[in-house]
Amino acid sequence: MPDLPTEPGLAASPLAEATPRPKIAIRGLVKSFGPKRVLRGLDLDLPEGRSLVVIGGSGTGKSVLIKCVLGIVTPDAGSIRVDGEELVGASRSTLDEARKKFGMLFQGAALFDSLPVWENVAFGLLARRLVDRKTARERAIATLAKVGLGPEAADLYPAELSGGMQKRVGLARAIAAEPEILFFDEPTTGLDPIMADVINELIRGLVSELGATALSITHDMASVRKIAHRVAMLYEGKIIWEGPVERLDDSGNPYVDQFVHGRAQGPIKVGVERNG
Amino acid sequence: MNLLAAIGRATLALLATVGGVVLFALRAVASGLTGRLYWRQIGRQMLEMGYFSLPVVGLTAIFTGMVLALQSYTGFSRFEAQNAIPTIVVLSMTRELGPVLAGLMVAGRVGASIAAELGTMRVTEQIDALTTLATDPLRYLVFPRLLAGTLMLPTLVLVADVIGVMGGFLVSVYKLGFGPIEYINRSFEFLETQDVVSGLVKAAVFGFLLTLMGCYHGYRSRGGAQGVGAATTRAVVSASILILIANYFVTELFFAR
Ligand SMILES: Nc1ncnc2c1ncn2[C@@H]1O[C@H](COP(=O)(O)OP(=O)(O)OP(=O)(O)O)[C@@H](O)[C@H]1O
Ligand SMILES: [Mg+2]
Repeated sequence: MPDLPTEPGLAASPLAEATPRPKIAIRGLVKSFGPKRVLRGLDLDLPEGRSLVVIGGSGTGKSVLIKCVLGIVTPDAGSIRVDGEELVGASRSTLDEARKKFGMLFQGAALFDSLPVWENVAFGLLARRLVDRKTARERAIATLAKVGLGPEAADLYPAELSGGMQKRVGLARAIAAEPEILFFDEPTTGLDPIMADVINELIRGLVSELGATALSITHDMASVRKIAHRVAMLYEGKIIWEGPVERLDDSGNPYVDQFVHGRAQGPIKVGVERNG
Repeated sequence: MNLLAAIGRATLALLATVGGVVLFALRAVASGLTGRLYWRQIGRQMLEMGYFSLPVVGLTAIFTGMVLALQSYTGFSRFEAQNAIPTIVVLSMTRELGPVLAGLMVAGRVGASIAAELGTMRVTEQIDALTTLATDPLRYLVFPRLLAGTLMLPTLVLVADVIGVMGGFLVSVYKLGFGPIEYINRSFEFLETQDVVSGLVKAAVFGFLLTLMGCYHGYRSRGGAQGVGAATTRAVVSASILILIANYFVTELFFAR
C-alpha cells in the first residue's frame, strides 16, 4: 500500500518513457455541474510537440476538459500543470501568462460578431500589442490563406460566413499568434470532406513545423487517424484508454473498439444512462 | 412558518443579488482604472449611446415640454398664475423630467441592447474566447459601456433640457399667447446653476445604473436564446426601478443643501 505511486497516469502508460516530457499534466481532475458529475478524477499527459486527440461520446465532458485547462471553467479538484506551473487556483496573472501560450478553436467557432474577419483573426496580436493594425491585417490575411480563405473574406463580418467558413476563421484566430499549445474542439465538424482534409493537414503541419503541442477533440475517426500521435478515450469522467494512434484498432479495450467502429452494441450504453 | 421561510429566502436572495451586482461593478471599474483602456470600444459605445439615442430622447423631450406648458396652464390659469409657466417648464425639465425620462428611454433602448449583445456573446462562448485571447472581458466589454453611459447620459439630458424648454416655448407662444422674448426671459429669471447641475448628476447616476444593469444581466445570462431574452427583460425592468429609486435619493441630496 505505501509503495504505490501517488500519481497514476504516467505509470499506467507503457510508452511513458518513450514520449517527451509532458507539456500539460492533468491529475485527478474533478468537475461537477450541480448533481451532474462530468469529470471524475481525470489523469492525462500531453507530451510536448505531439498531437493528442481525445475521443468519447457526446456529452462526456470533452469540451469541459479543455475549458478547465484554459481556465474558463474552474475545476472542483485536481491539478493542471502547464510547463510545470500549476494552474488550478492560480492567480489571474499566472493564468494570463499561461494563456499567451494557448490558441483555442471553439466548437461553435465563437467569432466576435461585432468585428470583421481580419480583426477576429488578429485579435490576439492586437490585444497583446504585438503588432500595429496595418501589420496585424497583413498577418491576418496570411493566416486566412493558410486555412483556405482568400483576402476577400477579410472584411466580411462573421454573420456573412457559412458555418464551415466560420470554423476556418476560428482556426485562423487560434493559430495567428503561433502559440505553443493548440486546442481544437471538433475542428472538422461542419466541413466538407475535402476541406476537412485540408484542416487535418494544416493541424498536422502546425504540430510538425512549429513544434506545437496539440489537444484536439473529434468524433471524426478519419481525422483522428490523420492528426493524432496519441489518442485518449474519455468515458464516465475518466480516461479509460490512452495510447499511440497505431494501437487504435487493436487497443484491446472493448469501449474503444465499440467507439472506433461505431457500433450501437457493446459496453457503452447510449440513451439509457443519464450521466450520473 | 412557511411564510417566514419564504420571506427569509427572498431576503437572502435579494442580498446575494445586491452583493453580486456591487462586486461586478467594483471589478469592472477596477479593471478599467488599473489597466489599458480600449479607446476604440469606448468611442464606439459613446457613439452608440449618445448619438443614436438623440432621436428618442429629443422626441420625448419636446413632447414633454409641450405637455408641461399645456397642463400647467390648465392648473395655473385658475388662480391667474400663468406667468409661472416658463419657470415651471424649465425647472421640471432640468431638475426632474429631463433626466428621468431620458434615463427610462435610454434604459429601454441601450440597456436592452447591451444585455442582448453581451448575453449572446456569453451563450455563443465569445466571452470565453476573449478570456483565452488574454483579454479581460470586464475591461474590454463592460468598462467601456459603463463609462460611455455615465458620460453620455448627462450630455443627452443637456440636449433634452434645451429641446424640452423649446417645446414649452412653442406651445406657450403659438397656442397660449405668450410673447416670445417674455417667455425666454422668464425661463431664465429663476433658473439656478444648481437646477441644471442636479439634473446632470442624476443623469450620470442613471447612465451608470442602466449600463450596469445591461452588462450585469447580459454577462451572466445562460441557456441560449431564451436566457438572453430573460436577461434583456431583467435588465430593462431593474434599470427602470433603480432609476426611480436613485432619483429620490439624488433629489434629497441636493434638497438638503
Ligand atoms: N456551463 C455548464 N453548466 C452546466 N452544465 C454544463 C456546462 N457545461 C457543460 N455542462 C454539462 O457537462 C456535460 C459535458 O459537456 P461537454 O460540452 O463537455 O460535452 P462534450 O463531451 O464536449 O460533448 P459533444 O461531443 O457533444 O460536444 C454535458 O452533460 C453538459 O450538459
Ligand atoms: Mg463538446
